Amino acid sequence: MDKKIEPIVQTLQETFDATCEEFRGEAHIFVKADQIVDALTLLRDKHEFELLSALTATDYYPQQTPRFHVIYQMSSLAQNTTLQLRVPVAGDQLNVPTVSHIYQTANWREREVNDMFGIVFEGHPDPRKILTPDDLDAHPLRKDFPLGYEEPQFTFNFDDIDLSKIYAKE
Amino acid sequence: MPQIEEASYAKYKHLVSERVLTGETMLLNMGPQHPSTHGVLRLVVELDGETVVNAIPEIGYLHTGVEKNMESKTFLKAEVMTDRLDYLNTVGNNLAYCMAVEKLVDLDVPPRAQVIRVIMTELQRIASHLVFLGPFGLDLAAMSMFLYCFREREYIMDIFELCSGQRMMTTYFRPGGVWRDVPEEFESAVRGFLKIFPKRVDEYEALLTKNPIFLDRLVGIGMLDAKTAISYGVTGPMLRASGVDWDLRKARPYMGYEEYEFDVPTRTTGDTFSRYIVRIEEFRESMKIVEQGLKKLKELAGQPTLSANRRFVPPPRAEIGVSMEALIHHFKYWTEGFPAPKNSVYSAVESPRGELGVYMEGDGGPKPHRVHMRTPSFCNLSVINEMVRGHLVADLVAILASVDIVLGDIDR
Repeated sequence: MDKKIEPIVQTLQETFDATCEEFRGEAHIFVKADQIVDALTLLRDKHEFELLSALTATDYYPQQTPRFHVIYQMSSLAQNTTLQLRVPVAGDQLNVPTVSHIYQTANWREREVNDMFGIVFEGHPDPRKILTPDDLDAHPLRKDFPLGYEEPQFTFNFDDIDLSKIYAKE
Repeated sequence: MPQIEEASYAKYKHLVSERVLTGETMLLNMGPQHPSTHGVLRLVVELDGETVVNAIPEIGYLHTGVEKNMESKTFLKAEVMTDRLDYLNTVGNNLAYCMAVEKLVDLDVPPRAQVIRVIMTELQRIASHLVFLGPFGLDLAAMSMFLYCFREREYIMDIFELCSGQRMMTTYFRPGGVWRDVPEEFESAVRGFLKIFPKRVDEYEALLTKNPIFLDRLVGIGMLDAKTAISYGVTGPMLRASGVDWDLRKARPYMGYEEYEFDVPTRTTGDTFSRYIVRIEEFRESMKIVEQGLKKLKELAGQPTLSANRRFVPPPRAEIGVSMEALIHHFKYWTEGFPAPKNSVYSAVESPRGELGVYMEGDGGPKPHRVHMRTPSFCNLSVINEMVRGHLVADLVAILASVDIVLGDIDR
């Protein structure tokens, strides 16, 4: 782990009862959903983490608690260091408070995570879909969403597939 | 017939001003089929006469589900898709992806491969900035710029074809190095380019930099201050034009960038002109790096261009004919792939547009559990509304061109 972030990690562990994992020199800090606003405010105001590099999520289906991790990849320009915060989210409790008032970039990023994983960011100022079409009622990056291969048409199944085509219904 | 959706007040009522209701301002739809949106971007613009009050970007028209697709492919096969994200920075995308894989499985890259990677990404940076400059001129009615820039870009495309057999979608970098060593003609081809290009950059500058019409359209237009830029996650030349000296090649050197001498051009004004001039200066800095890279390449002649860690790289072609084990390895490598640990890494490179980060998570098997591409254009576009307020529609086109967006990069 980078020497510069060791005291910051310690502060986070003491203040938020956070756990820390390390892999290839990167620190992954786990905090609870209701603490994320305070944690990011603390990091931005006290520890010069001005840039929220990435905000994304990952799905551990079929595991339910926690099913998702919301990932906040932080950068500090002044200290030239990085830190990753992870918020575990249960499959039946998809609410995470928004951080778009702390980092403006979170506005679009949270819309994307909401669109792709169905995680609801409470208090988001603009909760519209961003990447998928308006009529898609699903969250494509969830692990239980099918990849959507189209079955190839051969002679033995030509008619069956033909029936399911849009033009066949007219 | 599907209903053609009009820009309606109801959908955007929390984003536009109250004056839309009274008819004082109007909502105008710009794009997604519009030449100055550089792809399939749609802007819902609120106009007061000809002055922009708000501009709301609507993206997703080029969403291809690359991140989802990668989860079903092995680490090697998923790399091919990274070319298609930012189609002007294909080599840089490969680099970001390969570095993430290398970090995840802890794989080394031999020095010669690192030098080749640096030369290729810097050439790509020049090519990408040329495609910024050409359409930028086109949007400001300097049409000949477009033709000149694409003429020079062709040299770089030829160099890529020489090395990898492909002009754009090269997939030349592989985890652990590069696909094969550069051919003998490589050095003379790059030297040929370096010989003509400085003069050409001077020509562009002679056409544009002091042109009063050009300056009238750019100076003081689309101001972006450093604090707003960082809050919106803006990186790359846009951030440097706003006065923040932040370049990942200097800040967190990768691929041996710490051994190269180059400057990071910055400006403090943060207007459209400074975003243009920062990129022009980056042409010259990139040429410096390529020049030094060629020198290093000569020193490292004959050294391997792929890691010796056979767990993650294929056996050399010559060995397959004589060794049974190599043949089995070759077969297993390309069908099964290699396993990655059940953990995650984040690695970032400086693409021509900014911080291109890859979040990669393995699940113990040969396929990634999750790949997220942190693309710079996504953040750079989100700040557009802050820059265009109070300017004319014609300025909106200039500002949008100065952001240098690539829609494939935004929508993924």
